[in-house]
Amino acid sequence: MKPVQDDRLVGKSPARREDPRLLTGHGRFVDDIDVPGLLHAQFVRSTVAHAVIAEVDLTQVRRVPGVVAAFSAADLDLGDITAQLARPLSEFVPTAMPVLARDRVRFVGEPIAIVIARDPYTAEDGLEAAKVTYESLPPITCEEQALAAGAPLVHENAVRNTLVDVSLFATEGIDEIFDEAHCVVQVESKTGRQNALPLETRGAVAFWDSREEQLVVHTCTQIPHQVRTVASRCLRLDERAVRVIVPDMGGGFGLKCVVGREEIAAAAAALRLRRPVKWIEDRKDALSASFLAREQHYTARAAFDAEGRILGLDTDVVCDMGAYSCYPFTAGIEPLMASAEMPGVYKVPAYRVRGRAITTNKAPTAPYRGVSRPQYVMVMERLMERAARDLGLDPVEIRRRNVITEFPYTGVNKMTYDPGSYLESLNLCELSLKDAGWYDRQAAARTEGRHIGIGYSCFSERTGYGSGAFAQRKMEVVPGFDLAEVRMDTSGAVTVTTGTISHGQSHETTMAQIVADALGVDLAKVKLHQGDTDRITYGWGTFASRSIAIGGSAVRLAAVKLGDKLRAIAAAEWGIHPEDTELDHGRIRRRDDPDAALSHQHLADTAYLRADLLPKDIEPGLSASAVFDVFNDGTFSNATHGTVVELHEGTGQVEILAYVCVEDCGVAIHPQVVEGQCRGGIAQGIAGALFEEVTYDAQGEPSATSFMDYKIPTAHEIPEVVIHHLETPCAFTATGAKGAGEGGTIGAPAAVLNAVNDALRPTGIELNDTPIRPETVHRAVTSVVLERTP
Amino acid sequence: MKPAPFRYHRARDLEGATALLTELGDDAKVIAGGQSLVAMMNFRLARPAHLLDIAGLRDLDHLGVSADGGLSIGALTTHRTVETASPDRLGAGFDVIRDAMAWIGHLPIRTRGTVGGSMAHGDATAEWCLLAVLLDAEFLAVSARGMRRIPAGEFFFGYYTTALEPDEILVEIIFPRPAPRAALTEFAERRGDFAIVSAAVDLDVEGDVVRGGRVALGGVAAMPVRVPEAEAVLAAGGSFRDCAQAAAAAVDPPGDGNGSAEYRKHLIRTLIVRAGEEAMSR
Repeated sequence: MKPVQDDRLVGKSPARREDPRLLTGHGRFVDDIDVPGLLHAQFVRSTVAHAVIAEVDLTQVRRVPGVVAAFSAADLDLGDITAQLARPLSEFVPTAMPVLARDRVRFVGEPIAIVIARDPYTAEDGLEAAKVTYESLPPITCEEQALAAGAPLVHENAVRNTLVDVSLFATEGIDEIFDEAHCVVQVESKTGRQNALPLETRGAVAFWDSREEQLVVHTCTQIPHQVRTVASRCLRLDERAVRVIVPDMGGGFGLKCVVGREEIAAAAAALRLRRPVKWIEDRKDALSASFLAREQHYTARAAFDAEGRILGLDTDVVCDMGAYSCYPFTAGIEPLMASAEMPGVYKVPAYRVRGRAITTNKAPTAPYRGVSRPQYVMVMERLMERAARDLGLDPVEIRRRNVITEFPYTGVNKMTYDPGSYLESLNLCELSLKDAGWYDRQAAARTEGRHIGIGYSCFSERTGYGSGAFAQRKMEVVPGFDLAEVRMDTSGAVTVTTGTISHGQSHETTMAQIVADALGVDLAKVKLHQGDTDRITYGWGTFASRSIAIGGSAVRLAAVKLGDKLRAIAAAEWGIHPEDTELDHGRIRRRDDPDAALSHQHLADTAYLRADLLPKDIEPGLSASAVFDVFNDGTFSNATHGTVVELHEGTGQVEILAYVCVEDCGVAIHPQVVEGQCRGGIAQGIAGALFEEVTYDAQGEPSATSFMDYKIPTAHEIPEVVIHHLETPCAFTATGAKGAGEGGTIGAPAAVLNAVNDALRPTGIELNDTPIRPETVHRAVTSVVLERTP
Repeated sequence: MKPAPFRYHRARDLEGATALLTELGDDAKVIAGGQSLVAMMNFRLARPAHLLDIAGLRDLDHLGVSADGGLSIGALTTHRTVETASPDRLGAGFDVIRDAMAWIGHLPIRTRGTVGGSMAHGDATAEWCLLAVLLDAEFLAVSARGMRRIPAGEFFFGYYTTALEPDEILVEIIFPRPAPRAALTEFAERRGDFAIVSAAVDLDVEGDVVRGGRVALGGVAAMPVRVPEAEAVLAAGGSFRDCAQAAAAAVDPPGDGNGSAEYRKHLIRTLIVRAGEEAMSR
């Protein structure tokens, strides 16, 4: 008997299906799309942070040679983009975001008018000819100003500039727990505003197709169907009359999972002019006038007993969401995420939280990879480390005493965690750094007066948010399910459609692996189509690490159904029961006769070309569809990150010497893709911890509008990451997979911050705000040098 | 981020180029590698009505040691050419120049950017400008009126301001003498960024003893500066540490989002010591 060979593709890392195209310059991105007669759009944007618009005069713009048209809000009469939560006004205040500002501007860069010209250069000449008369209002640029008594209001309906104010949990008796606790630690932390910064900026190409009676909008979005819904409502068209097509995408990271105003305005201009219009966001606008994220302020305390077991957590988080609520998630996205999930991987028996979103005169925010979790994990992990210090415990040991080890576990936050490897990942991560000798090297370095620190973060990441989880958040638009269709043609080739949309996550490969295994076909036989609202019945797109967990499950279920149909057709031909057949490498075999087999092509011929041969209970054709959704609390991936940093006294530079990630995302469909997600995510997390910040001056003018000032780290700054995989399969996804998209970003800031603070330990100084810039480190490190000097 | 309208002219020879510059006057900008100018034009911070592209003047792309031991560099020589120059082309004692190239931006920038372009742009943190001030470079500028030699001490005037007249083209930079014990170093948050502070020293060494030397800093004023107070410490036999202290005390650096004045002074103390030690290790 020959040895059993595992020929399943899931769990292996075959060459990516999309790579030949992308690596040889044959990808097609929005800016690659050309249409005869294409016009180019740019936007007149507000130059002030807060003002009443007295007048928008585009007369001179229209006279610039080569300018075809210029439209203000009054010219286009479009509906607003308004995101809603089903919560009382005391908890949530909606903000109507006009496609073009009408009577008021609320941030520098807010679009006021769209200028259409024969080329992008002329469009910018047109912008310079626009005259906007402002009546200035005092800008609100920070939390202190926003919440001050009598502060000017960014939105008249938002009292105290507060859009969300929710207390999701308040365990009875929590004050007494804190009063009586052996140890109470407190951390205050502010995290800088960031830009998710996809390499490909936003953009759209829109034109009216008179034969199809459709407005076609090519745009790089993570949520094509939701863009279609908003476009049809703003433009007052039937939804059928809008077709959104997403070509190849150069990243999204959440910034593209909200509906932007510019793509709607460009579509409106194309509809009005009946001429094709292209808008490509330039980098300056991407850095200042796009969607931002992450600016939060935590005041948190935790109570511990003498053995280091956590007794209670009490948190106040204020999220600066900027000028508007994003659609569909609303300004609740960050405070509600933080409030619901902050206890994380720890057995927290008592919990009180207040989460607020405030509005300021800064560019609005969108979800960004990790959404609040990079921040609250950082705060939780700082609380753990500080308690360890106060109690004289090892920082890893205190985590060991607190992580959830028995599953399913229902937490104080009413969430039920499915099984994970919290303790195992922590132990393996520590072992990995110990085996590499970092603890010894740290001890040696300290005797030499060098500042080496080791830091960890231990966290879980809720993935596969289905309708259940989003409904809990009380969104009026509830994302969740996914619908997949799998078709086979007479050549035996398989076409798959899914409502998810890859923007770098390799779905063309990973979804094909799932289908190939379920149907018993070659990977090369499977082609995925995504991101075209006319080809895909419906979808919720790709965000919140949902694609493999939910979309991949739908794809598998549909493929299994199609396999069943193939078996049924074969069984009918043989006159046997379908149960007595099995799928095998492009064929259906008889179980009772290994030599008898019918090829997929043969069965497809029957299904399509000789439908007369089919039994009455089998419909002609070979296609199947399936819907998958998650109604429980989702599935939790987890990881522990460990890092070693050295603080350089001479410059204040933080150098990352080592980085270890032990991750568990259940069944890894394609481990190399998972590792890519880890590495990219960790780079973005390090960026938030040490480098990137969107800054403003006192007037609300953005001051980091190029890569000179917005310091995205490069390959020089990002260390090599060692990755270890653990596998705790998910019981309720169809593949055993959990999401893997965001963990890297979530874990890195906490690990880096803890390592920096470990290095600073001899100084007694703690740094809890990010990004940690060299000057701050320099001041902290040199303070101890001064003390050492006799 | 698209430039305002401009007319593009391609120079065929130096004579034609200078004649055209004379005719166009203030409205024209010379472009070579375009690594600074194009970015400024895309932000519409620079709006020249005419661009005169001298990239085709291949006579200005040269690098070599002259008979008197000086290093002469054509204005169109790229940073990358210098970075990869063979020892015989660069000449003995100019390692400081080759090694400084690694600090300039990133590879694509070094591949297109030119020595003359960097000098004429006059950024206060530019490596070339710092080298010129440190090593007493001389600048050859040509116009329809003739050629003139400008010493480095008279070339840089302030933020992005040089002694070049609107009708002049920088054609050559001469480093008059080898600097075998010189070094340049700097610090920025990211590799390839403009330096927050850059420091360079050129030491006079006898045996293993420093008899004196030059000290220059970038990022602490509107242009790279020599620091006589620090040089006096070296001449008096002081340590690099004392020299660095004197430099930090002597300058009045600006404070901005990249670092306060106090932090820049700290970097000065660190970087001069580093540059000194690196120079001694040559």
